[in-house]
Amino acid sequence: MIVLTTLIGVGQGLFLALYAGEWYMRIHSGLRDSGEFYVTASVLSVGLLIAGLVASFFHLGRPERAWRSAAQWKTSWLSREVIVLPIVVALVALYGAAHYVASSPDIAPWLVQRYWTLWIGGVATAAVLTLFLCTAMIYACIRFLQEWATPLTVFNYTLLGSASGFTLATALAQHYAAEMTLFFGVWAVVVTLVALATRVASLIRNTRSRRKSTLQTATGVKHQHITQRSQGLMGGSFNTREFFHSASPAWLQRLMWLFLLLVFPVPILLIVAGLSVKMTGILTAAFVAQYIGLLAERWFFFAQAQHPQNLYYQTMG
Amino acid sequence: MTQLALVIDLNVCVGCHACVTSCKEWNTSGVAGYLSDDRPYGEDPTGTFFNRVQTFEVGEYPNCETVHFPKSCLHCEDPPCVPVCPTGASYKRPEDGIVLVDYDKCIGCKYCAWACPYGVREIDTHQKVMKKCTLCIDRIYDEALPVSERKPACVLACPTSARLFGDIHDPDSNVSVAIREEGGYALMPEWGTKPANHYLPRRKTRIRIHEDELVRSDNPLKKERERPVGPVREQTLDDVTSW
Amino acid sequence: MTCPGSVPPNTASKSMTAYIPESQSETGITEVKNTTCYMCACRCGIRVTLRDGEVRYIQGNPQHPLNKGVICAKGASGIMKQYSPARLTRPLLRRPDSERGDAEFEPISWDQAFDILEQRLHRVRDTDPKRFALFTGRDQMQALTGMFAKQFGTPNYAAHGGFCSVNMAAGMIYSIGGSFWEFGGPDLERARLFIMIGTAEDHHSNPLKIAISQFKRDGGRFISINPVRTGYSAIADEWVPIKPGTDGALLLALINELIKQGLYDREFLIQYTNAAELVNLREGNEFGMFVRTEVPEEEGCFDPQNKLWWDRITNRPVVTHSKGADPRLMGEFALDDRTPVKPAFQLLVERVKNYTPEWAAHVTGVPADTIRRIAHEMGIVARDQKIELPIPWTDVWDNEHETVTGNPVAFHAMRGLAAHSNGFHSIRALSLLMTLLGTIDRPGGFRHKAPFPRPIPPCAKTGTGPETVRPNMPLEGMPLGWPAEPDDLFVDDDGEPVRIDKAFSWEYPLSVHGLMHNVITNAWRGDPYRIDTLMIFMANMAWNSTMNTQRVREMLNDRDETGEYKIPFIVVCDAFQSEMVAFADLVLPDTTYLERHDVMSMLDRPISEYDGPVDAVRVPVVPPTGECKPFQEVLIELGARLKLPAFVTKEGSRKYRDYPDFIVNYETEPGSGIGFLAGWRGKGGEKFMRGEPNPNQWQMYEKNNCVYHYRLPRSYQYMRNWNKGYLEWAQRHRLIRYAEPINVHLYSEVLQQFRLAAQGKTEYRQPPERLRERIATYFDPLPFYFDPLESQQTGKRMYPLKAVTQRPMAMYHSWDSQNAWLRQIHAHNYLYMSPAVGRQGGFDDGDWVWVESMWGRVRCMCRFSEAVEPGTVWTWNAIGKASGAWNLEAGANESRKGFLLNHLISEELPPGADGHRLSNSDPVTGQAAWYDVHVRVTKAEAGAHETHPQFKTVRPLPGMKARPKSWLAFFAGGKR
Ligand SMILES: Nc1nc2c(c(=O)[nH]1)N[C@H]1C(S)=C(S)[C@@H](COP(=O)(O)OP(=O)(O)OC[C@H]3O[C@@H](n4cnc5c(=O)[nH]c(N)nc54)[C@H](O)[C@@H]3O)O[C@H]1N2
Ligand SMILES: Nc1nc2c(c(=O)[nH]1)N[C@H]1C(S)=C(S)[C@@H](COP(=O)(O)OP(=O)(O)OC[C@H]3O[C@@H](n4cnc5c(=O)[nH]c(N)nc54)[C@H](O)[C@@H]3O)O[C@H]1N2
Ligand code: SF4
Ligand code: SF4
Ligand code: SF4
Ligand code: SF4
Ligand code: SF4
Ligand SMILES: [Mo]
Repeated sequence: MIVLTTLIGVGQGLFLALYAGEWYMRIHSGLRDSGEFYVTASVLSVGLLIAGLVASFFHLGRPERAWRSAAQWKTSWLSREVIVLPIVVALVALYGAAHYVASSPDIAPWLVQRYWTLWIGGVATAAVLTLFLCTAMIYACIRFLQEWATPLTVFNYTLLGSASGFTLATALAQHYAAEMTLFFGVWAVVVTLVALATRVASLIRNTRSRRKSTLQTATGVKHQHITQRSQGLMGGSFNTREFFHSASPAWLQRLMWLFLLLVFPVPILLIVAGLSVKMTGILTAAFVAQYIGLLAERWFFFAQAQHPQNLYYQTMG
Repeated sequence: MTQLALVIDLNVCVGCHACVTSCKEWNTSGVAGYLSDDRPYGEDPTGTFFNRVQTFEVGEYPNCETVHFPKSCLHCEDPPCVPVCPTGASYKRPEDGIVLVDYDKCIGCKYCAWACPYGVREIDTHQKVMKKCTLCIDRIYDEALPVSERKPACVLACPTSARLFGDIHDPDSNVSVAIREEGGYALMPEWGTKPANHYLPRRKTRIRIHEDELVRSDNPLKKERERPVGPVREQTLDDVTSW
Repeated sequence: MTCPGSVPPNTASKSMTAYIPESQSETGITEVKNTTCYMCACRCGIRVTLRDGEVRYIQGNPQHPLNKGVICAKGASGIMKQYSPARLTRPLLRRPDSERGDAEFEPISWDQAFDILEQRLHRVRDTDPKRFALFTGRDQMQALTGMFAKQFGTPNYAAHGGFCSVNMAAGMIYSIGGSFWEFGGPDLERARLFIMIGTAEDHHSNPLKIAISQFKRDGGRFISINPVRTGYSAIADEWVPIKPGTDGALLLALINELIKQGLYDREFLIQYTNAAELVNLREGNEFGMFVRTEVPEEEGCFDPQNKLWWDRITNRPVVTHSKGADPRLMGEFALDDRTPVKPAFQLLVERVKNYTPEWAAHVTGVPADTIRRIAHEMGIVARDQKIELPIPWTDVWDNEHETVTGNPVAFHAMRGLAAHSNGFHSIRALSLLMTLLGTIDRPGGFRHKAPFPRPIPPCAKTGTGPETVRPNMPLEGMPLGWPAEPDDLFVDDDGEPVRIDKAFSWEYPLSVHGLMHNVITNAWRGDPYRIDTLMIFMANMAWNSTMNTQRVREMLNDRDETGEYKIPFIVVCDAFQSEMVAFADLVLPDTTYLERHDVMSMLDRPISEYDGPVDAVRVPVVPPTGECKPFQEVLIELGARLKLPAFVTKEGSRKYRDYPDFIVNYETEPGSGIGFLAGWRGKGGEKFMRGEPNPNQWQMYEKNNCVYHYRLPRSYQYMRNWNKGYLEWAQRHRLIRYAEPINVHLYSEVLQQFRLAAQGKTEYRQPPERLRERIATYFDPLPFYFDPLESQQTGKRMYPLKAVTQRPMAMYHSWDSQNAWLRQIHAHNYLYMSPAVGRQGGFDDGDWVWVESMWGRVRCMCRFSEAVEPGTVWTWNAIGKASGAWNLEAGANESRKGFLLNHLISEELPPGADGHRLSNSDPVTGQAAWYDVHVRVTKAEAGAHETHPQFKTVRPLPGMKARPKSWLAFFAGGKR
């Protein structure tokens, strides 16, 4: 899940960056880009999305039946994600292909100066945003996972994915299309800062929120002092393995600071530095740092969620 | 509309685990196949069970209660585990409200388990599908069984009959009456899941002793006391006044 | 069935939309058979569904009188017992080059096994039969094993009672002629107030659970007296935490308060107990005995009605039960010959005078107000909520009664009372309390189960001297019995024991169930003598049924100077690879309960109900596994080979084809019409209790849910100690010898006789000097309170806590750790204690701690709990296992994290000044004092990660099924 959401997040963000870059370029300079950049970046984006998809398969008990998971689009955000993700992949691929075609006059010269890529990109953007929504809603819709059940989750998923995408785009641009580096870099910083705002907002919200479920509501016994003596099993169960992490609160705290550092200030500094010395390496480092930070962020996101079921699985005895 | 459910009477549950193993026993050879056990004879044995009995301590010594607390799928009327399932494997039967998993459709994504606040779904580590209490659907409708036994295995097993089974939408059913009359309640009402299973709270019987019950005319001690016989020698009122 | 690591055919893909199996061809061939559960000694009726010959489902039999269709956690896990990889399947002989305990065995054939046994036992019987000792554990066939021992000629036989709950049996049977345990129980159907003392799970587990919940639902009030609040106590309306070993004080204080308030049933005491009988208080050899009328009646094992009352109307002594008399319960009188006398009740009043609630509060930790209130609750409910059932009956004195009266206060108690060295007197106190309230065999109170009530004490007697043991002859007398006076003791001329366990000796005169817990130690020490062959059936004596476990394991493997084992030959009959099996020279693999015939006989402990005698059988539902053979068949074969009279014809040839044949045809005496089974006797099954053998008896049991239930006429169901109709019925059906009243022994003359002997006042046999004081002290005719023996000798400052165990409902002793489902519920155990103990010792919940007694120490993990009296620590019994036993992996929780409290408990008290050792047991009954141990708890060293002690891992035995490596998926049948 951690890998899935972060990988497709980058993939989606990268596409958004590309598409934004294309508009920027068209509006500001009418400049036609290096097709190589768009194509490479699109391929990368598609690659990331597919990698995410594959990662999610591994997490299934029965991957061979994965196709069934598209069935419940009416109710299940997971199902919707499963439907939207391939559409996004297809659209981004199409977008990349369009750029390829557009930048290769010898294939279909009549396509070259048209706005096809923008049209396709527009549709793909809608799809990408939908995908962000779907992915985030998978978590945000579980109302009793209070840390997740907030619109901030959608913002965070979207913004953090976008930020990492823009950062990656900055590094790519430095290599393939230096003229766009600054645009991407600036926006990478801006998106990262906005993401910081929403992420911090959600952290604050979560530390402040009061748990609605307590041992009292879980058991229906009204008394201040309730402790579990035994959970009826001693070798562990699905419920003790799936919803618990062995991390201590102190470790979680450290993890939080780590991701706050790696996702936000470190990449920003590196982007600024990379932009000023125009070195792909530094910009790549910015992305790598941010991605690692995002892995930590996602880990934290899952670990921080206190599942009410845990109330029932406190003590072996 | 029918909503079948269990009502669990914490007032009499002694935490014997009969419901736990009888459930395992019935279901492991049931229509849906085995419930696997990992490291059955080794370290940290662990397996798939539909029903567990937990124990809580309430209060502090000596004003302390021990509460045994059995828990299986509550067959929520608004089950959060169902809509999230991407395959439709998790579903709620309209005809009787039982929430089931179709093992043939389940992809083992565990999303439903995350969406259940009660921690009652367990993935079978070997069959790789999500499992949970079926309300013994393969017993309760089996016409080959005598009517008295068309009940969940755990209900038949329970030595204290702490587990009642019936339709909570039928106001006259045993379960509805119990919920109404014994103060039945649902777990974690705050999430609006409307669990069909209910719990009946502890009830206390006290005896009030009135002081006069200790001073009764038929006290047998009276039979043992000597009645004073003959005249007393000391002064009596007779000696000092004549009215 | 079990398919380790593979998916059973077609099960995974069976569509959940088709819930109900369409046809048998799809699900396999199913059949349903009735039998009796033996996942514990409760003996519920079960219905076993088989699919393609494999056990698919075990449920309670709804038509069974005992469990009425319910089942418990163990019962419902029978499948995992049947197919357990810990099962023994072949006879095994210890490899000559290996040590006992190493569990190195060669498989042998049954023929070889029988040859070895025959040779050996023949020699023993030829020379000195008592050198063969047969001890059995939680079995239900004492009638057969006891008979085998008697036929063999050895007195050295007993079952688990001595280390289990003999105090309960003896304390109550010597008082009211019946007892809790399998002999009687509380009538919760009619009770309004129920007091449960020291019971966690009980023998009668399912019926008790059914009854308690019904009782609560009917609005009854339930009080539990127990240092720990789990299980039943959890649902009590009031929990009265008490310091272990102090219940006697509480009960005596309750009696004190009841008497003080006059809250006793005077009528009942007078008519049905010896409370009003006059006790002789003239110094001399009759001191403390009842005064008897001139005409001596013929005495048998019953109470002749030749004692006196002091009539308050005539102010003169009269013969008890004289018409029109109204005796005094209190006072002090002089007979015409100036003999000072007091009614027994007066002596009780004097006895409890100082046992005030305040005094008891100090001893027990229960506030005096609580004690008083509970006494008032009992007394007032008994007095004011009387039950009158419109059932006319006649008492033995020919008084006609229009109704049966009940005072609806019921009690139940088990090992929390019994398993202390002062348990006998605590239980006597309980019997007296129940009697004072007038609740004996009355509705809403205590109810007997056939064959109880029995005379006080029951008639069965052991031999009385060494001459009863003779080569090649059956034993004279029974191996176990009920001494009524010192002359009944089983001792030699010096007053020293004849039995290896020293039962019925002056050390433990009323040890009516023997002292199995001392057999190994005594045999090892050769005190009173060395034995040759020790045969253990169904008892894990190298583990949980032994005290001082570590040392006992050493004794089992110890040799004398000549290099011979101190216990030369050990035979173990078990169904599983228990810890004990490792110490056997010869292992006999038993069948499981699903594979054999068994009887729950009237000659042993039947499953009788309050309303009449019930016995039951077990019939095989699956064939024996491997070469497993029922132990019954082993005994019958051995009996024939050794030519024990009961097992061979006059000509000396084998008499019984097999066990089922034996059960049908055996009669206690030719033509007696009494056999193991009471139902469907007579040629065509038309008789019960007595009648000629019926060749179709088994089939008739099978057809009737494996139960024979005789319902007594309603007028015979109550007041059976004094119910003329019942007593005559019981005599007619040979349940009892005399149809004489069984008056409650509020005051115990039996005990007084032993005391008089100890005081040297009688011509009876005299105890050895070293035991005089002990007998004189503990054979008090009225209950009294004393600190448990071990407590008298331990530094309470050094060891401030008491440690007890209790049974988990989902485990039976040590034998369920091989059960894949049950062991998930209790894989290991913790030591539970009040958080205050941790606070003092500087450790936290879940920490590793050392628990030390003056006998040893164990390391384990602790858990804090509010539901325990702060001076008590406790753990679940017998969860800990020796490494590798029960075919568990070496890393199994049971051996690495689980522990056994028994390492801290000694089978003997510290030696006396004279070097003599006494068993750590009740001085009256020899009941093992499991719950007397004092401990201290300290934080363990950092890095501790497993329990201590650890034992060398034993390897799986030949013939045992390989355990599934990683996982198990049980699916019965499944040839779809
Ligand atoms: N610390 C502590 N120790 C205690 C107690 C306590 O409360 N605290 N309780 C004591 C009491 S009351 C008792 S009764 C004893 C019980 O102690 P045991 O009688 O030793 O009981 P189990 O451990 O069940 O062992 C019985 C043996 O029977 C075997 N067995 C099971 N089924 C069969 C069968 O069908 N056939 C044969 N042949 N063998 C079979 C098992 O494998 C096991 O080895 O423990 C005593 N020990
Ligand atoms: N599930 C299951 N059932 C069993 C068994 C089993 O192993 N498992 N074993 C069977 C056998 S052999 C037996 S003997 C019976 C025994 O049945 P119980 O007598 O119910 O068994 P214990 O677990 O020894 O229960 C002792 C209880 O007494 C309490 N206690 C200890 N000391 C004292 C005291 O001084 N005063 C008071 N008031 N309470 C005290 C303990 O806390 C515990 O709750 O159970 C039988 N039934
Ligand atoms: S079977 Fe009944 S009494 Fe036992 S734990 Fe389950 S609900 Fe409670
Ligand atoms: S208890 Fe959990 S699994 Fe059962 S219906 Fe409710 S939400 Fe679903
Ligand atoms: S694990 Fe199975 S039942 Fe649960 S949500 Fe996934 S597909 Fe649905
Ligand atoms: S109803 Fe059936 S499946 Fe559900 S807990 Fe009871 S026995 Fe198990
Ligand atoms: S109480 Fe349980 S284990 Fe014991 S006989 Fe009954 S069903 Fe079997
Ligand atoms: Mo026992």
